[in-house]
Amino acid sequence: MSVYGLCIALSMALFLIGAVGVCVRRNAIVVFMCIELMLNAVNIAFVAFSRLHGGLDGQVAVFFVMVIAAAESAVGLAIILSVFRSFISVETSDVSELKW
Amino acid sequence: MVMGNVENLLLLLVSLPLFGAAISYALGRRARGFSGPVATLAVAVCFGIAIYLTNELMVGRSLHKGAIVASFGNWVSVGNVSLSFDLYFDALSAVMCLVITGIGALIHLYSIQYMSSDSGIARYFGFLNLFIFSMLLLVLGKNLPVVFIGWEGVGLCSYLLIGFWYKKSEFVQAGQKAFVMNRLGDLGFIIAMATLFTSTGTLDIVELTSPESLGRIGEGVALLAGLALFFAATGKSAQFPLFTWLPDAMAGPTPVSALIHAATMVTAGVYLIGRMHPVLELTPQVLSVITWTGIITAFVAATIALVQNDIKKVLAYSTVSQLGFMFIAVGCGYYSVALFHVVTHAFFKACLFLSAGSVIYGCHHEQDMRRMGGLRNSMPITTATYAVASMAIAGVAPFAGYFSKHAIIDGLMHTSNVYLAPFQGELQIIATLLAVMTAGYMARSFFMTFMGTYRGEAAPHEVPVIMWSPVVVLAILSCIGGWSLHNTLFSFLDVVVRTPSFVLHNQSLTSYVIGSLPGVIGILFAYIFLIRAVSLTEKLQSWGWMVQKLWERKYYLDEFYDVVVVTPLRIAGRFLAVGVSQGLVEGFGGGIAVFVQALGELARRTTTGLVGGYALYMLLAIAVLVGILV
Repeated sequence: MSVYGLCIALSMALFLIGAVGVCVRRNAIVVFMCIELMLNAVNIAFVAFSRLHGGLDGQVAVFFVMVIAAAESAVGLAIILSVFRSFISVETSDVSELKW
Repeated sequence: MVMGNVENLLLLLVSLPLFGAAISYALGRRARGFSGPVATLAVAVCFGIAIYLTNELMVGRSLHKGAIVASFGNWVSVGNVSLSFDLYFDALSAVMCLVITGIGALIHLYSIQYMSSDSGIARYFGFLNLFIFSMLLLVLGKNLPVVFIGWEGVGLCSYLLIGFWYKKSEFVQAGQKAFVMNRLGDLGFIIAMATLFTSTGTLDIVELTSPESLGRIGEGVALLAGLALFFAATGKSAQFPLFTWLPDAMAGPTPVSALIHAATMVTAGVYLIGRMHPVLELTPQVLSVITWTGIITAFVAATIALVQNDIKKVLAYSTVSQLGFMFIAVGCGYYSVALFHVVTHAFFKACLFLSAGSVIYGCHHEQDMRRMGGLRNSMPITTATYAVASMAIAGVAPFAGYFSKHAIIDGLMHTSNVYLAPFQGELQIIATLLAVMTAGYMARSFFMTFMGTYRGEAAPHEVPVIMWSPVVVLAILSCIGGWSLHNTLFSFLDVVVRTPSFVLHNQSLTSYVIGSLPGVIGILFAYIFLIRAVSLTEKLQSWGWMVQKLWERKYYLDEFYDVVVVTPLRIAGRFLAVGVSQGLVEGFGGGIAVFVQALGELARRTTTGLVGGYALYMLLAIAVLVGILV
């Protein structure tokens, strides 16, 4: 297996860990971190494919993803903060008013 | 089509009562004071227009094939069929229009006083004017659908006016009975329209009765259409076996009985048959059925009238019986004779009903003749008008009824119908017997009401002048309307419905005397049994109690309908309501609801409110989408 193959395997592993984490973890901060993990898994895939094809556009996309991840973490942390203010908890199982 | 003055007048003739009705009805209680005069004026102006148009028709100016035709414009056009809202004024319509508006105006005038203390007076005059409008439409319609609008309209007005005092439930039921029985007849009208349209492709009466259209009607279709038309007429004109609604219709105010249930609406059946007679003549067997029905009706109703004690019921059964006479004439093929009887009957029966109304008014809403008697002293004018009209209906010589009834009995002798000719003699004997019975029950009601001594409690009084003056006019008409109109009417009608030659013979004095005999005998019988030999009458009653019971119970026809029609319908209704509606429909609908609810319950489980769950759905969905797209 070439180095690219390893990179893609790593990316897939990280993405899966992140996805499973989003689905099963209750703590909002951990869920948030898992999202970051997924974004970074995608970044690795981008870079790997960029090297493979010898272009630069994949690496440019990575910068965009990082910028968006930064903006997203600002908004996401603010949401978590205000959720904490109203529920005194960051457990997603406590924040389950919106059903049926 | 260029519309001249005459055509516009014809449109105005129909529109005026509708405007009158709109005024009375729209203003409601605010129109209490003036709705009566406004409605009366509308109908009186109509009468004037009708006279003018009839004169135009007689002198033959502005004619289009013997008739004035006017149009409200195109009404319905579907495919290659187009119907326009046309009016057709020929001799037949003219006679009907004159009767409707002339007698209508008199009865409107009478009603102003009769109904003055009623709180619903504006509603009353609104309905009355609406009735005049519908009736005019019925007799003026150029095609069958327009006639049908009028036909339904008069049924509706009749229903509304029978149940006018809607706070009494039996009055409302009487109205419903009239409406349902009329609807039965309407079914016949619709079937007739449909069959005639499919075979000839037109609904225009003039085209329909033209020789080329008639040639296209097959024998079976002609039979079906003829029977359907006859059935329609049976319902509207209260013939056996559909006559039981008419006596119940006496629940309405008495002027209504005079106008709708004696003079005009119930003669619509006779008019319809007269109008459509070329179709009926294709099938002489239908015509013979009409005559037999007329005979049965006249006989049944006359016997019932002999034992009634309510003054309006006597007149109601008498109307049924006289309508039977008209049907006898129609069946023999003498439409102009029947129409002549329609006219004279309108005179004397309206006069009788209004006189009875005056009696009821003067006796403070008493209708039972057993609590009347001796009214000749307190109500001399009403006594005179009732006497004149009774003589007229009894068919005594110089009065109006003699001429028309005599022509009918003569007609039986001269009929050319192959199905009736073998029974000429028998039919004539029965008709003469019926004339005796007519005189008998009318004389009985006269003696019970006006002769002898007063048997009631409240003091009777004569009615005010606004009430007796229209009655006197009608009494004069019942007196002279026979011989003065006799020849004019027949020669006028000859254009539309051929007049048989036998009625135009000048009669000698002896024939007058002989012709009056049935009436005189009937009156004498009533006199003997009621005034001279009361004990003999009582003895006869004890022997013939079964017959009397049969007559008093109206041949148990109402009970028969109860068992055969009303009860099964009620059971069927209950089955539909409980079994089908509640069980099947609601069960099916409810089943769907339960199913949907169960599905919802399942779907509810998926929305847990947990973010992780939703994220999982998103992932799965994306995976599925990617799987499909890539």
